[in-house]
Amino acid sequence: MIRFDSVSKSYPKQSRPALREVSLDIAKGEFVFLVGSSGSGKSTFLRLILREERASHGQVHVLGKDLAKLSNWKVPQMRRQLGTVFQDFRLLPNKTVAENVAFAQEVIGKPRGEIRKAVPQVLELVGLGGKEERMPGELSGGEQQRVAIARAFVNRPALLIADEPTGNLDPQTSVGIMKLLDRINRTGTTVIMATHDQQIVDQMRKRVIELEQGRLVRDQSRGVYGYQH
Amino acid sequence: MRAQFVMSEIGVGLRRNLTMTFAVIISVALSLALFGGSLLMSEQVGRMKGYWYDKANVSIYLCNKQDAQEAGEAAASSAGGGAGGVATCRKGAVTEEQKKQIESELKAMSLVKSVTYESADEAYKHYQEQYGHTALASSITPDQMQESFRVKLKNPEKYKVVTSAFAGRDGIHTVDDQRQAIDDLFRILNYLNMAAVGIMAIMLIVALLLIVNTVRVSAFSRRRETGIMRLVGASSFYIQVPFIMEAAVAGLIGALFACAMLVSGQYFVIDHGVGLRDKIQLIDFMGWGSVLAKLPYVLFIGLLMPSMAAFIALRKYLKV
Repeated sequence: MIRFDSVSKSYPKQSRPALREVSLDIAKGEFVFLVGSSGSGKSTFLRLILREERASHGQVHVLGKDLAKLSNWKVPQMRRQLGTVFQDFRLLPNKTVAENVAFAQEVIGKPRGEIRKAVPQVLELVGLGGKEERMPGELSGGEQQRVAIARAFVNRPALLIADEPTGNLDPQTSVGIMKLLDRINRTGTTVIMATHDQQIVDQMRKRVIELEQGRLVRDQSRGVYGYQH
Repeated sequence: MRAQFVMSEIGVGLRRNLTMTFAVIISVALSLALFGGSLLMSEQVGRMKGYWYDKANVSIYLCNKQDAQEAGEAAASSAGGGAGGVATCRKGAVTEEQKKQIESELKAMSLVKSVTYESADEAYKHYQEQYGHTALASSITPDQMQESFRVKLKNPEKYKVVTSAFAGRDGIHTVDDQRQAIDDLFRILNYLNMAAVGIMAIMLIVALLLIVNTVRVSAFSRRRETGIMRLVGASSFYIQVPFIMEAAVAGLIGALFACAMLVSGQYFVIDHGVGLRDKIQLIDFMGWGSVLAKLPYVLFIGLLMPSMAAFIALRKYLKV
């Protein structure tokens, strides 16, 4: 599903590379935590998968494609198979819950009938049935993140990338979000989640990848958070 | 589905930037009105040229007795210098032989369409008809009038051939081509037209810069949407279309205003209102066909130019 082959990434104006010689494999259907302190290279790792950045050295394969060889105009097609969730939700404040989710389908040109069917379905799945017409501002943080997850999942991506999805939420709400992500993972979707939440990582006992100053320092199946911060 | 989505996005974008949109519309309208105006102006000039060139003819004035006398006096006083009087009249008034010679030579020229002879008496009569009411006219006698040949040419542009062939010959006082005077007028009109084109170019640059800026502001204020669109895999074409269409719609509205200005210019200045067509009958003004024929160009440029500007502005801004 994802393969990093001694991948390094340096940004033009920084002397220290953000990633150094990272090699790893993530198989289809896996649930992977990505941990590490701020500046350890987690975001760069995710951006490389999304092809928002290109690797300086090494190869990044996502969904069987070498991203270095993927031409710019094919990138959108690739991204349709990925779902993304962020710490700050990134919802459109002037659209309702249903419209926010539908937006992800409209902009890739899904037919209207399909959208009308898929949106209530996915909102039901994330536990927001009946809140279709609410505005994001009227919802709690946990509910907003559920909308974001619904939007990421509505196109049934093969891979879900979550960048600190519980970073803005209280522990109890976070647990609910994690249960949801776990459920999505069980449908066969690979999930990669960057996090700082020790409790969640320790509870879930999934594969843990730890980055430190751009280096891969730990890759442990059924791991724990592992370091004090 | 897609179309409706795109249309609503465009509407939102244009309203959000209302002041900038107005600025774009006005500058596009003015630059395109000037563009259409200068097109029409150069067509009008061409038309007037054809019309007046056709009416105007080359007149070859022949020496009369008075001319010969003046020339002789001048030659005597300044010892062979050409000052005062016309040197070619020094040998006396034009003779019948010279007249015949000139006429047959004129008729032999392939360039010449027709030659008419005007006697001094006829010239006097025409003069009295035209200026009879003035004080000067009453002091003029038929003796002072010159005989002349009025020459019409097949190709009026080539009047200089006739001038160079006959000017300076004995018995010919002057070769007067009215086109010389017309040419000066056309030169002025041409400068005016060039000035209009220059102003148009500056307005066009202003319009393009405004469009680039407007599109950037628009893209920035919608970066949240476009960010999400990128993440869920909307094609860059799909992301850019609303912005490009926004610019195109503003440009089209501007172009429509420009068309309205051109049409009302024709209506109020030439046909009715100021009514130049009735007031200045000497000028053959262009008709509606000419004006209407320019409108598609104006609309096309009004649509294409802002779209291109928007596309270029976005290339930097909305990367994949």
